[in-house]
Amino acid sequence: MNTAATYNDKVVRQFTIMVVVWGIVGMLVGVFIAAQLIWPALNFDLPFLSYARLRPLHTNAVIFAFGGSALIGTSYYVVQRTCHVRLAFQKLAAFTFWGWMAVIVLAAITLPLGITQSKEYAELEWPIDLLIAVVWVAYAIVFFGTIVKRRVKHIYVANWFYGAFIITIAVLHIFNNLAVPVTLTKSYTIYTGVVDAMVQWWYGHNAVGFFLTAGFLGMMYYFVPKQAGRPVYSYRLSVVHFWSLIAVYMWAGPHHLHYTSLPDWAQTLGMVFSIVLLAPSWGGMINGIMTLSGAWHKLRSDPILKFMIVSLSFYGMSTFEGPMMSIKTVNALSHYTDWTIGHVHSGALGWVAMMTIGTLYCLIPRLYNREGMYSTKLIDVHFWTSTIGVVLYAVALWVAGITQGLMWRAVNEDGTLTYSFVESLKATYPYYGLRLVGGLLFFSGMIIMAYNVWKTISDRKPVPVAVLDPA
Amino acid sequence: MPAFWHWFIVAGTVVFVIWCVWLIQWAGKQGPQNVADDEVVGHRWDGDLEEWNNPAPKWWLYLYFITIIWAVGYMIAYPGLGNFDGLLGWSQEGQYEQEMQYAAERYEPIYERFAGMPFAELSQQADALKLGESLYASYCTTCHGSDARGAAGYPNLTDDDWLWGNTEADITATIRHGRNGVMPVLAPALGGDAGIDNMVAYVRSLSGLSPADADAMSAKPMFVALCSACHTAEGTGNKLFGAPNLTDDIWLYGSSEAMIRSTITEGRSGIMPAHGELLGDNRSKILAAYIASLSKNQ
Repeated sequence: MNTAATYNDKVVRQFTIMVVVWGIVGMLVGVFIAAQLIWPALNFDLPFLSYARLRPLHTNAVIFAFGGSALIGTSYYVVQRTCHVRLAFQKLAAFTFWGWMAVIVLAAITLPLGITQSKEYAELEWPIDLLIAVVWVAYAIVFFGTIVKRRVKHIYVANWFYGAFIITIAVLHIFNNLAVPVTLTKSYTIYTGVVDAMVQWWYGHNAVGFFLTAGFLGMMYYFVPKQAGRPVYSYRLSVVHFWSLIAVYMWAGPHHLHYTSLPDWAQTLGMVFSIVLLAPSWGGMINGIMTLSGAWHKLRSDPILKFMIVSLSFYGMSTFEGPMMSIKTVNALSHYTDWTIGHVHSGALGWVAMMTIGTLYCLIPRLYNREGMYSTKLIDVHFWTSTIGVVLYAVALWVAGITQGLMWRAVNEDGTLTYSFVESLKATYPYYGLRLVGGLLFFSGMIIMAYNVWKTISDRKPVPVAVLDPA
Repeated sequence: MPAFWHWFIVAGTVVFVIWCVWLIQWAGKQGPQNVADDEVVGHRWDGDLEEWNNPAPKWWLYLYFITIIWAVGYMIAYPGLGNFDGLLGWSQEGQYEQEMQYAAERYEPIYERFAGMPFAELSQQADALKLGESLYASYCTTCHGSDARGAAGYPNLTDDDWLWGNTEADITATIRHGRNGVMPVLAPALGGDAGIDNMVAYVRSLSGLSPADADAMSAKPMFVALCSACHTAEGTGNKLFGAPNLTDDIWLYGSSEAMIRSTITEGRSGIMPAHGELLGDNRSKILAAYIASLSKNQ
């Protein structure tokens, strides 16, 4: 068969397998540091096992290694299928895989060594940042190159979201990481003071907005209708919520800096646009859930759809919670507490990971020429472990966060604090325990998945798939 | 803010608000007019991917619109549009000052009534001690611990040993202005490892932790020359510098050979931060009296 007439699924398979691997690694580190919060002795007095070094390893591993591999891999799959052409620039596509893996390995080495820019979610030092920029530009060339040579006129909605994610992440990454290198492992950011903080959270919040939201909406817009076997609910809703989402998200960053030296006007704009963001975010949830609506009977037999519907529900819940937390009055209670961590995880585990897992169960059999996964029963077991896990996790940290916020602001009649900090820490321990149980459950689900994936692919030889002619 | 940036911010905000409103009215105009239940838009991808021609849900468009109305109202009421202060005149500095003023009016009288009370009386007066205990819990526990017994590098406040003195003047000065107890790096003057070992042995011998043998005693002249300026020739310490007494069994950083060795080779810098501006005179005094009372309870 002429290779130009088949899809390039090799690079998709590579990324897809690594999603499972990095998911297990990243979540294992997460479980470990959750345990350290209860038993600090688990750092064994070794600097590279200390919480402060492992925490960025955990966030980088789950966001960029697990989430990033899922986004790049699925976008390559989706863009070929919906453009009815083979991926553009095969060698460049292969480079993006090996380049991205190199970034992850370098992160896994440098972060435990304490080499960091100290910018949250942008910890990696300048040589790695340069590599990321090169890989990302290569990724953009492959993706948009494929769009350019498409054989259908209309660009499918999933590709809008993937495209917005790719362009924005390039801009965010480059501007937030502008720095003056001093040695190979040390640089200084070009921004100072509150400008540095603002640029950092402009980056940080849009990493949530475009990496963890827009990118995964792209995934949702292909795999939910595919798996449900039904058309996307509303094309017009897609148009309005897409153009709203990408316009409004850009403004939300300052809500991370309420009641700081950031000028009032910037805090206000960050807050009001975060509120305006509610409806554009929910547009994606409505479109996803209404696409599934009418296929409810399939939920009885198809745990993949269960992953997707729960994921969309968590998406709706966290995109409601986020705007609420950005209101100054609420933020005064929630900021700096574990509520924020709970919010992030209901998004990252509930929405991002659940959608990724559902997508992988839908995608892997297609990549390995099978009807379905090795065991549907195990997908169902995985579904329940992760759902219970994420619910425990989120509930534990809601209660913990609100408890902390209320204890920190409680004042005696003489104006002194009712509770010392350490008392609030003691009050948090039971919830740290519950959170660890939730995290362990979610992690064990990933182990079940790894087994199921192994049994699905180990005796299969992938077969090239012919490019489908446009209808 | 320069006029250019003011108008830049205003224009950017207005453009984005108009953009959102325009999208809403576009979606509204496309309206629910007679869309058949299963009418698709007419595009098709990857064999079976299609899109229904459903309108965007009305409630969703209303929700979107309401948040925009709210946003516009908020930006009129509060500072947001560049230099425009907002009709309510709110600012976070203003809110801070208001809260501080409220706190001063409400709480200051509680402390004020002890202002004239002599220190000795204060450290026995039950109400004052109760206040002192609350102040201690708020400001001091992070370093000195909930039980005030300190930790390595942070002095125990319940014993009878006072690095900087325990008079009213000493303790209030410590609280108000902070302290910086510096032990310089002295190892280079000791002539190599053997010299350091001997000095460690001599320092330990001062409190009877190790025998005053020949090796230890060989460091005595060096101790008198180097260390006595702060610790005195006998090693009994000096409260003027916060230099610890080396002849007792109380050790700020630990008494093991390794710990004393690192104190000599790396130096120490113990910092008590200044709390004067935070607490003011009345609270500082009540807190000082409470701290003084802690060792009396022993």
